[in-house]
Amino acid sequence: MRALSIIRAAGAETCHPWPRHILRTPDWAAMVQALPEDPDLALVALWADTLQVHALFHVVGAGRIVLASVPVEAGAYPAVSPARQGAAWFERAIHDLWGHRAEGGADLRPWLDHGTWAQAAPLSARPAAAEHASEPPTFLPPVAEGLASLPVGPVTGTLDDAFHLRLGLRGETIAQAEMRLGYLHRGIPALLRGKAPRTAARFVARLAADATVAHALAFAEAAEAAMAVTVPPRAVALRRMMLECERIAVHLDDLAAIAAAVGASSVARACETPREWLLRGLEQAFGHRLMMDCVVPGGIAAAVGPAELQALRRGIGAVSAALPDLRRRLAAGACLPRLAGLGRVSSGLAAALALGGIAGRASGRRWDARMLDGFLEYAPALERAGDAAARTRLRIAEIVASLEILARSLDFVPEGEVSVALPMVSGEGVACVESARGDVWHWLRLDHGQIAAAFPRDPGWALWPALEAALSGAAAEEMLPIARSFGLVAAGVDL
Amino acid sequence: MIGRFWKPAAAEPMPAADEETTRSLLERLDSAAQARLGRSLALLHVNGGSCGGCEMELRALRGVLYDLERFGLRFVTAPAQADVLLVTGALTRTLRVALEQAWDATPDPKWVVAVGDCAVDGGVFKGSYAILGGAGSVVPVDLTISGCPPSPLRLLSGLRALLEANARPATLRVADRRAMERRAGELRAPDDR
Repeated sequence: MRALSIIRAAGAETCHPWPRHILRTPDWAAMVQALPEDPDLALVALWADTLQVHALFHVVGAGRIVLASVPVEAGAYPAVSPARQGAAWFERAIHDLWGHRAEGGADLRPWLDHGTWAQAAPLSARPAAAEHASEPPTFLPPVAEGLASLPVGPVTGTLDDAFHLRLGLRGETIAQAEMRLGYLHRGIPALLRGKAPRTAARFVARLAADATVAHALAFAEAAEAAMAVTVPPRAVALRRMMLECERIAVHLDDLAAIAAAVGASSVARACETPREWLLRGLEQAFGHRLMMDCVVPGGIAAAVGPAELQALRRGIGAVSAALPDLRRRLAAGACLPRLAGLGRVSSGLAAALALGGIAGRASGRRWDARMLDGFLEYAPALERAGDAAARTRLRIAEIVASLEILARSLDFVPEGEVSVALPMVSGEGVACVESARGDVWHWLRLDHGQIAAAFPRDPGWALWPALEAALSGAAAEEMLPIARSFGLVAAGVDL
Repeated sequence: MIGRFWKPAAAEPMPAADEETTRSLLERLDSAAQARLGRSLALLHVNGGSCGGCEMELRALRGVLYDLERFGLRFVTAPAQADVLLVTGALTRTLRVALEQAWDATPDPKWVVAVGDCAVDGGVFKGSYAILGGAGSVVPVDLTISGCPPSPLRLLSGLRALLEANARPATLRVADRRAMERRAGELRAPDDR
């Protein structure tokens, strides 16, 4: 663990609950050089502010989380991508948003900036007016001669995100797959700056709708850590229940999409119906079908009384009642056998990309952000196969687990207040929450109660590269089921 | 070989169709067709920079509980098949060309529905360097359905209003009016617009 000891030898700034080590540029370069010897040190996120570039590492087995920063000198910093493939997209995004160059980076093409913004490097200290004309995105050269190029998106008509996928086909086989995201960039990191956490929470809740509770919760917990605020126990319990409800709803939505992709329409229907009853229960309980804006820094947005809890109980009960039928249909039909062996992700790739959530656990990576909580003793279900069938089975297992958590919590919701006032203080915090797609991280720095800098790390940063890898070598007709099995959302990555 | 020996039975010579009856039938069919067959619209979803919430509710609308198809509304995947573009999101600058191309590739008569607060006017993202501020900043919007996101029932009532307007033969249809306005706009001097 040489890289880890280099980080730890550096002085640290206070960041709650994990300190952030400030490395000198030569030490950072030495850390990058040592990284290949430390395969367990997974790079979760790489981001920046106007002065420094920050990295978040995670040692899954030891449950250790390490933050490291390097000052940006003459607009550049030593790249991490030569040692960690997952760093490449982050480095491209850092250049587009803050203007910092990754010296020696594996890929220096633009990422979020497609040449259409009104400003270049909008998060830098002095954003310049954009002068470049709009250019079509450039793609990697073909890996072999004679590949047929098939572009997909950004308008797909499939009620999904906007993304662009460039496939290189050899006959019916996908020889090369390259993603291009950034279409959904709304400038959220810039919108967060200078705002109070309560105001900024509205943007955070709209990073990605399928993880609105998870993002809002991670953001709120990071803000509360920075301000050293303790949230009332009733709010803590209700937030965790919202998170599990969101997980069930998203898993059902994903299962319906997977089933539809392999033509198992009866399974899709068996998912859609209970999901709708759950969403109606959530609307009655918390005031919003997707629970958008329900979690706020300091607690939750609205009080929840006995009638609301009863509505929640009904919604959850509808899922519990429908689950045996869904499991029977899934076990009996051709859905799971059809998915077997599709879109395999090796455990090595999962570790290299810091792949979390269902996709990581389907490849044997034992990591679930709920393991960090003292709130529950959580032992996540694991699979080894790493294919679409494993990811589908895990979704069912997680719905069962979430229903059990909810059944246990519903009778023991503590009484009392649901939010506290927030002080106007300075501080820095980081927090992690398990969304349906994987671990969501939020980091922020407050300056007298206002956000000076913030970065949200959506699980998509690892999921999309995993899809790229899983598509290579697959049959073209399997593209849809493979993509659906990852449950991909681009909005959270596009910021 | 077979053709040479096989002769069709001599067919009864047919009298010409009655001119008067045909005309009256055509007139009746014209008005009925507009009311009956006009009650069908093909919807194409165009993501203009959405967080995914509107898409979730659109998927619910397509699902078994709301069953959009019983109203004659169906989702298609290509602009050439579409009557209606359902635009979601604050319209990021990067997706401007995609929306323009989808709109150009959709045959007339066509409608644009701005789905969700973001698509109506940019929503919470108003003022960002990365967005244009709703579908209306690039294409003419015929109907807005607000909400963040709009619930499936709200989406349904909005789309059914469009369906009713389309099926009503007596009134001037939205798209026809649009086409006329466009033509009128083209006739005016460019700085008038």
